[in-house]
Amino acid sequence: MLLIIWQLPPSAKSPFIVASNAACGDGFTEIRAAEGHVSGASTRHKTDLWHDLKSVFARASQPPLYRDGRVQMAESGGERVEIRSASKIYGSVRALDDVSLDIAPQEFVSLLGPSGSGKTTLLGILGGFVQPSGGSIHFGGRDVTFTPPHKRDIGIVFQNYALFPHMNVGENVAFPLRARRLPKSSFAERVRGALAMVDLAGYEERGISQLSGGQRQRVALARAMIFEPRLILMDEPLSALDKQLRETMQIELRQLHKRLGATIIYVTHDQREALTMSDRVAILKDGKLVQIDRPERLHDHPANAFVASFIGEATLLPVRRIDSSSVALGGTVLRTSRPIAPAGDLVLAIQTEKLLVEDGTGSAERNRFSARVTDIVFQGESLRVFLALEDGSTLSLRQPSHYEAASRIPPIGQSLKVSLHPQDTIIVPKTGG
Amino acid sequence: MSAIDPSLRYQRREQGLMLLLASPAVLVIVALVVLPVGWLMGQSFYDGGFTLEHYRRIFTEEIYWRSFLLTFRIALLVTMLTLLLGYPVAYAAAHARRPWNVLILAFVILPFWTSVLVRAYAWLVLLQRTGVTNQVLDRLGLITEPLALVHNELGTVIATVHILLPFMVLPLYSTMQKIPRELMLAGASLGGGPLHSFLRIFLPLSLPGVVAGMTLVFVLCLGFYITPELLGGGRTIMISMVVSRNVELYNQWGAASAVGVVLLVCVLAIFMAVGRIIPLDKMLGQK
Repeated sequence: MLLIIWQLPPSAKSPFIVASNAACGDGFTEIRAAEGHVSGASTRHKTDLWHDLKSVFARASQPPLYRDGRVQMAESGGERVEIRSASKIYGSVRALDDVSLDIAPQEFVSLLGPSGSGKTTLLGILGGFVQPSGGSIHFGGRDVTFTPPHKRDIGIVFQNYALFPHMNVGENVAFPLRARRLPKSSFAERVRGALAMVDLAGYEERGISQLSGGQRQRVALARAMIFEPRLILMDEPLSALDKQLRETMQIELRQLHKRLGATIIYVTHDQREALTMSDRVAILKDGKLVQIDRPERLHDHPANAFVASFIGEATLLPVRRIDSSSVALGGTVLRTSRPIAPAGDLVLAIQTEKLLVEDGTGSAERNRFSARVTDIVFQGESLRVFLALEDGSTLSLRQPSHYEAASRIPPIGQSLKVSLHPQDTIIVPKTGG
Repeated sequence: MSAIDPSLRYQRREQGLMLLLASPAVLVIVALVVLPVGWLMGQSFYDGGFTLEHYRRIFTEEIYWRSFLLTFRIALLVTMLTLLLGYPVAYAAAHARRPWNVLILAFVILPFWTSVLVRAYAWLVLLQRTGVTNQVLDRLGLITEPLALVHNELGTVIATVHILLPFMVLPLYSTMQKIPRELMLAGASLGGGPLHSFLRIFLPLSLPGVVAGMTLVFVLCLGFYITPELLGGGRTIMISMVVSRNVELYNQWGAASAVGVVLLVCVLAIFMAVGRIIPLDKMLGQK
């Protein structure tokens, strides 16, 4: 009988996804009826008024986000989040190194970085599971650095959902209500509302093991938002889903964010996902914040070579500075309309979709050069064409796969003329910000 | 044309090979377990001819059913005590970081490598009238009369709890260590305080381990012999001692066999009842 049990626990890597909510009133004082809501207008008006009064007189009251099992919209429910010089040191490893970040109410911010970049540590600090070695965290102006997780009122969606396997869907979703000792009579309706919000109406009695991955994801979402958190943290919540479902859920999450009005902090290592969903994306590397900006700015104005390589499908090539508006790529001179750093090593970041096959049209100011085709990969809607320059450096471009465009690509081994607009000629410092 | 799918044939050959490999163990079990138990069953119905006399006596003679009652009471008490003592230990082992978890488990398992006999005598040394415990308490002025810690039911329970504790801790640990950490983090993030999260999440999920540990300890305790014999002082007569006395003192193999059969039936009944709640393989730690 001894045989049994001598196993050591799997090294506990803990992925966090967290959503949090500051449970009190002021964010929800204005409640707008959801469109298409057709119950008696006068009664609803009265109820809304009553809730307004209640939140004025008792700020701790929780006006419902759901009524009649339907979703009501909150006008402003987001939490302002400030991260001030947060650091975390494990032994000799700086998992997080002096990161400061201001997140506006209702903002959707992604933390993007490769594994080991500190994004999960940062999420753990926000969720209260990890104590920072230095710095502080503020929610809506209040210092929560040492507030335990269960008092932070954050909704968290974990990577593997962390649904409670011994409870059915309804019990899982009601957990936050039970934990807050809210009146049991309100549970059924709020659970119904939360499940309706994630398109799982009527799933209360299902067991967790009966659900598909996507459904589990939705239950985790419903559970994280049923207590109307003002902040929701998500740790790669879509990473376990297949590509198609992931893309559907990305769009759904975006819409849900708008309806909830909560601040969302989203951890991912998938740059496309981050660009698709976020208002701003924070890029982390080796525990440091490299750049935080709107998706299109990250794409067009990367702070350095790391960001450029991480966003989009860029090829990085070392270049030599000639003057303030041109660089040399091997023997070719490229003009750029972007500012060039006065000193230090420079690299050219060419996004595959910005390098065009020369067809004699296009403006005169374009940078034009030739390269040899080394490979052509068919990828459905587009072809990826790999090219080699004279000095042996390689780059690639993307060409639509329709007949006319594809026929402009010569066979492998032959030379191809390509062009790059000065606006798309992005020169970034090799290191630093 | 051969109708047999070649892959099926391959599979069958594989299965045959496996059976062959398992056969020595099967033979040993048949020789050492199945045959003796069968013989035991036969004996229990035999006294110069077929008879139910042995069974009748078990249910009518006081010495027998008293002993059964005592055995079950001690087993229940020991089970509860090992649960109370073992749960926190298992919890600590499941949550401690390396190397502390290894250390805790090592201390749990270490006594396994010591003979039960040695441990029983060790307890005797510690608990007897002039033993270490009584002397220390006396010196501290806490007692005036030595406490009767051994040669009675108390002594039996103390030593049995000690010996069976690992059988409680290990299944508990095995279950707890499989409870994903994020579940407790999720509980906390959703507003559950430590106690609420423990009662609503951790405790229910550790129940399979609790049931497994309780079953193992209870069943093992039912058949305990050496410990009560040495520490019970001849007054705590558990059922296994009745068996041995029947054989050694009275040469009553039939009566001893009948007691053994009743005990075996009890144990099987317990396993079956528990098996309805959680499958046996889960209970033994393989998920």
